[in-house]
Formats: sequence, structure tokens, C-alpha cells
Amino acid sequence: MTTAVEPAALPRATPASAARAQWLPYLLLAPSLIFLAVLFALPFLQTLLLSVSDGDKLSLANYAKMATDLNFAPSLRNTFALVLAVVPLQVVLALGMAMMLQKVRVARDIVLWIWTIPLAVSDLAAGLAWFAILNDSGYLNSVLYAVGAIPDQQGLLSYETPVTLFIGIAAAEIWRATAIVLVILVAGVQLIPREYGEAAEVFGATAWQRFLRVTLPLLKPSLQTALILRTVLAFEVFAVVYALGGRNMPVLVGEAYVWQHENQNYGVAAAYAVLVMAVSLAATVVYLRALRVPREQQS
Amino acid sequence: MRVHSMKILCSALLAALCLSGPARADDIVFMSTQLRPIEEAQKLREVILKDFPQKVTLVPEEPAPLATRMKAEADAGKRTVSVVAAGHGELQPLQAIGALDPIDDVAAKLKDRGIPASLMQLGKLGTDKQLYIPWMQATYIMVANKKALPFLPAGADVNALTYDQLAAWAKAIQEKTGQRRLGFPAGPKGLMPRFFEGYLYPAYTGGVVTPFRSAEAETMWGAFKALWASVNPNSANYDFMQEPLQGGEVWIAFDHVARLKDALIAKPDDFVAFPAPAGPKGRGYMAVVAGLSIAKGAPNRAGGEALIEYLTEAKVQLITASEVGFFPVVKAELPANLNPGIKLEAAAVDKTQSAPDALVSFLPVGLGDKGGQFNKVYMDTFQRVVLRGEPIRAVLDSEADALKAIMTATNAPCWAPDPASSGACPVK
Repeated sequence: MTTAVEPAALPRATPASAARAQWLPYLLLAPSLIFLAVLFALPFLQTLLLSVSDGDKLSLANYAKMATDLNFAPSLRNTFALVLAVVPLQVVLALGMAMMLQKVRVARDIVLWIWTIPLAVSDLAAGLAWFAILNDSGYLNSVLYAVGAIPDQQGLLSYETPVTLFIGIAAAEIWRATAIVLVILVAGVQLIPREYGEAAEVFGATAWQRFLRVTLPLLKPSLQTALILRTVLAFEVFAVVYALGGRNMPVLVGEAYVWQHENQNYGVAAAYAVLVMAVSLAATVVYLRALRVPREQQS
Repeated sequence: MRVHSMKILCSALLAALCLSGPARADDIVFMSTQLRPIEEAQKLREVILKDFPQKVTLVPEEPAPLATRMKAEADAGKRTVSVVAAGHGELQPLQAIGALDPIDDVAAKLKDRGIPASLMQLGKLGTDKQLYIPWMQATYIMVANKKALPFLPAGADVNALTYDQLAAWAKAIQEKTGQRRLGFPAGPKGLMPRFFEGYLYPAYTGGVVTPFRSAEAETMWGAFKALWASVNPNSANYDFMQEPLQGGEVWIAFDHVARLKDALIAKPDDFVAFPAPAGPKGRGYMAVVAGLSIAKGAPNRAGGEALIEYLTEAKVQLITASEVGFFPVVKAELPANLNPGIKLEAAAVDKTQSAPDALVSFLPVGLGDKGGQFNKVYMDTFQRVVLRGEPIRAVLDSEADALKAIMTATNAPCWAPDPASSGACPVK
């Protein structure tokens, strides 16, 4: 496969080959650009257009319909509450796990491998697994009943128990999606040269100070990536919520799904899609600004 | 090693591609939202279609992607589907996007099958052309675990319940067992809107659109909210009532016959099946119809016509009833060796239809692609009144505006049991 080109066979730099060299990067980029344009930019523009059209004229009727729907405010509130509850916890957990992993000498790969298993589980499957734990006759209820902690089955996922439903969904999301943050942070930690930590240690910095002053700042690029990726995905949360709570806890993407499939109003569904996109973009901009990485640290 | 496994993977992919490859042009591609579960689809392929002489490629499809696919095929100008089988409400959006071919010629050929005129009328989808031929019918019934029967209120006949008796029954169970054992399919994929449109509203108000915000409707929602206090709160997650019935979580349930079937077939001795309750205006019930239609630009229209003729033969209709539990649309006597579970259902359906106070309603007609939003009005009202405890009068008034907007936009005339209207069905 690796038939190296003989140096002697390389063509001499002619004007033609110089022009070609100038075009080459664009040529190589072209497939991915075309791919993105056709499969991302175009559908997005179509969605945007769909969301602002009413019949064949432009209008904001779809957005008005979205905003006045009885599930709009709850879905907005629930989505933000989930993001705010889940993402910070995931980052803290993943940071802790990445730090612990550094100290593991034996079977490090196996620990990492086990920690990243949820990454391979589809979100709906994860939701169903947690449903098996949390439903009325699920494992949690059975165990609690067996040890005599509860007199009878306790409903945890109904509309009457919004708090336990929220906690259940948050727990499932944390279980499912902390691994992606972990993987990014582990990669980032491995890139930090040991010399910085050792130098700080020589000057008498405690482990905590080394973490706060050396590791964390140097980890900023990875943190930024992890946060952007995780937050954007958290705003798109749907399958886990659907599996655990049905529509007892409406979320934005769930509402988009309902408007598309149940209510068959593609315009309002598109308005939800655009809203999720706008919220995700805003979050990304916030992270890019708040966690600005100095140019010399960019790779 | 790696190269070897890549080879296996590639050949597996290739094999998968070949298997799922496009059907040959002379095949009849039969796309169906009905009988989608794998066992039912197998029965359709291997038992019901066994004696049909031509090759049929059955493609089970969810209702929502069906409309998307038909539209995509039309836009692309490359048609593959010849026959579409779907519920009445699922065929309506296809009519709205012009994906169905008028089949008055097929209807003329099937004149002697004995399909009731009211069902054939439904097949016009509010137009003056026949757009589908009724294929199978079903309705909704109630099923109760025999454990619930001792709690029936004094003097109540399970086959002639009223909504007040149902409420008293569920309340008695709750008080004596400490559990709420009445269940409704109010989950995301449940058919709860049909309960309001075909059962509760007609039973209390004698209509569904016109009396939406009437005084009777206000009484009805108050009564239903009181009844809901004895309903299992997981009802908001139930899609198919056969599951909680089989698990024992629910003792009394309302649902579509197809969604109760598994529990009755599995344990016919544990359950009773009976008609839905009656209200002040009668025993509301809804006739559900699935139809067969031919796609506009069908690549094999002649084959499609033959398939429709075959599926509506009395013999095939009976096979369909005993295999998948949907009832014939043609005149046909059910066989004696019917599965005991299906027999329970058939008896309950019969008791419903022949009840002296029976008040039949049909599926919404003429709503086009607004059918989903029509259901939403009833479900939103339910959510707001029952689950969120908003004042009934205010909710009815505001949802009536949404309902009015849908009726005006579609210009759909009233359907039974609302009194006939000229022009859009009015919301009084």
C-alpha cells in the first residue's frame, strides 16, 4: 500500500505545477465542502424557509403557533434545566475520572474501556435500560421493596412525580453521555507535557494548586471542545426523555418530533428545529468567548 | 485477520444490498401501515396472501414516513408503490398531497361484495371520487381482568355500563386495593384522542365538533376529571393497553381491539371484554376502517386492482379476521374455530354495535393533513383540564377557537354523530 514515490520521479517545479499546488488544498477540501453544502447547508436553508413560510407567503405564523402552544414553555424550561443540571456535572465527573486515570498504572486501558462502554450504546437503548430500572415494577422498586424500604410500588416516572422523573432522566443522561467528555479530556490531559507539573511541584505547589493552575488552564482547548460538543448534544436530548417519560416531560426536540409526526405540521416542527439550532449556536459562541484559547496554545 | 473480517463484512453488506434491492417491475409493491408488527406482517405475507397468484412485495411502513415517502416518490417522478393500505386517517393526508388515484372502476367491480354503503362513503375521503376500498374494520372496546369484577357497583351490568358506574367501579377498586387499576392509552403513541372523539364526547354531548364547548361538554370534562382520580397515572405513558393488562398493573382498560388482542389471546380465561360505557346521550363508539388504495402513477395498476379484489373476497376476509383480529368489511359469518381471545373481542364488538343505545361515530372526514391537529385539540383540552387542572370553561373556549380554525381552514362538513352542516362544521 505504501509505495513511496521515488524522489527522482518528482516533477520539477514548473509554473503549471505551482498553480496546481496552489489549487491542491481546495481540491482536497472540495469533497467535504460539497458534502456539507448538500447535506447540511441546503437542508438547513430549506428548514429555515419552511419555518418562515405560511402557504406560499412569508410569515412568522409558525413561530407564533410554536410560542403559544401549551407545551412550548415547559419544553423550553425542561430542556434548559436538563442542560444546566447535566452538563456541569458531566464535566466535573469526567475531569475527576480523567485525573484518576492518570494515576492508574495497571490495567489503565481496561478501566478506560469500561468507562466508555455507554458511548457505544444508542441513546434510545440507554433510555430503555434505565426505564427497566426505574419503572413501577423495575429493578429499583423491586430492590427497595425487597429490603422493606417502601411498602408498595412507587411510581417514579409519571406526570405526578415530575421531580423523580427529572432526576431519573438526568441520571440516565449522565450515565450515557459522560464518556464522550471523558474521552476528549483524557486525550487533552495526555497532551500536557509532564514538565509543567513537575516544575510546579519543585516550587512547592500542592496537588490541588497544580490541578487548578497548571492542568486546568492547559486543558482549556479540550474543555472547550468537550463543552461545545456536549452542550449542543444536550440541547438535542430526546430519546432518553421519550423512553423514560413519554411526553410527561416535554423537551424542544421532542416537540419538534410531535409537530412533525403527530400533528403533521411541518412548519411548526421546522420552527422548533431552527430554535434548537439558534440555542445551540448561542451556546457555542458563549463557550468560544468564555474559554478563549490564546493563539500560541492553539494547535 | 483484519483483511479477512473486512471481506466478510463487505460480502455481508453486499448480500444485504442484494436482498433489499428494488423489486422487479412486475412485482406489486404493497405498502401498508396496517399489520406492521413482525408477526402480523408474516401472517399477511405467508397466510393471507398465499393464494394470490402474483408476486407481492409487502413493505410495512409507519404512518408518518408513508406520507413523506409518497411525496418524495411524486417529487422524484419515480414511483415504486402500487397499493397503499392504511387507516382512514392515514390515507387522508395522502389525498391532500394528491398521492391517491381515484378507483371508481375498482369500486364498480366490487359492487356485489356487500361492503356497507356508509363504509364506501368513507372511502371517498370527503371528495366525490372513490379513493380507497374498505379492507378491514375494527373498533374500540373495554377489557377487564376477572379480578376486577367483584368490585362492580351493585346493579351494574358489565355489558351495559355507564360512565358513572365505571367511575364508581374504579373508585371501589382504588379504595379496597389501594391501587388505581383503570387505564387509558394516553401515551405518545396511544389512541386516546379517539376515546374523546368517538366515545366520551358523543356519549355526553351527542356530537364531537358542534357541541365542543357546550354546557354538556363542561359537565363531561368535570365528570371525566373526577374519574381520572382513580386512573393509573402511568396512563400518560401507555401506548398499547395489552401490556399493562397482561402485567396486572391495570385491571380495566379501554383500547383499540388490535391493541388488546395479545392479552386476550394469551389469557382468554383471565379477562372479559365488553362495550365502552354509555353517557346521557348514548353509547358512543367509533367504527375504524383501514382501506386499500392505488397510488397515483402506480407502476403496476392492474396488479394492484387484482390485489384489492383478492383481499376483499369473503374467504380472504375471514382468514384475515382469524389471523390478525381485524374484522371483515364484507358480509361474512365468523368461523366457529376462531381463537378464543379473538372470539371475546368479536363478541364485545357485536355487543357494542347492537347495543340499543349505540351511537356510532365515524372517523373525521375531510380534514386532509389537519387530522393530527384535530386530535391535538382534544388531547390539549384533556391535558389542560385533567392533568394541569385549568378551569374547564376557559379551556373549552380557547380550544374551541383552535378547533374552529381547523374546521374553517379545511372547510370539512360535519360527520356522524354531529348534525349535518352545509359548509364547514360549526363549533357552537
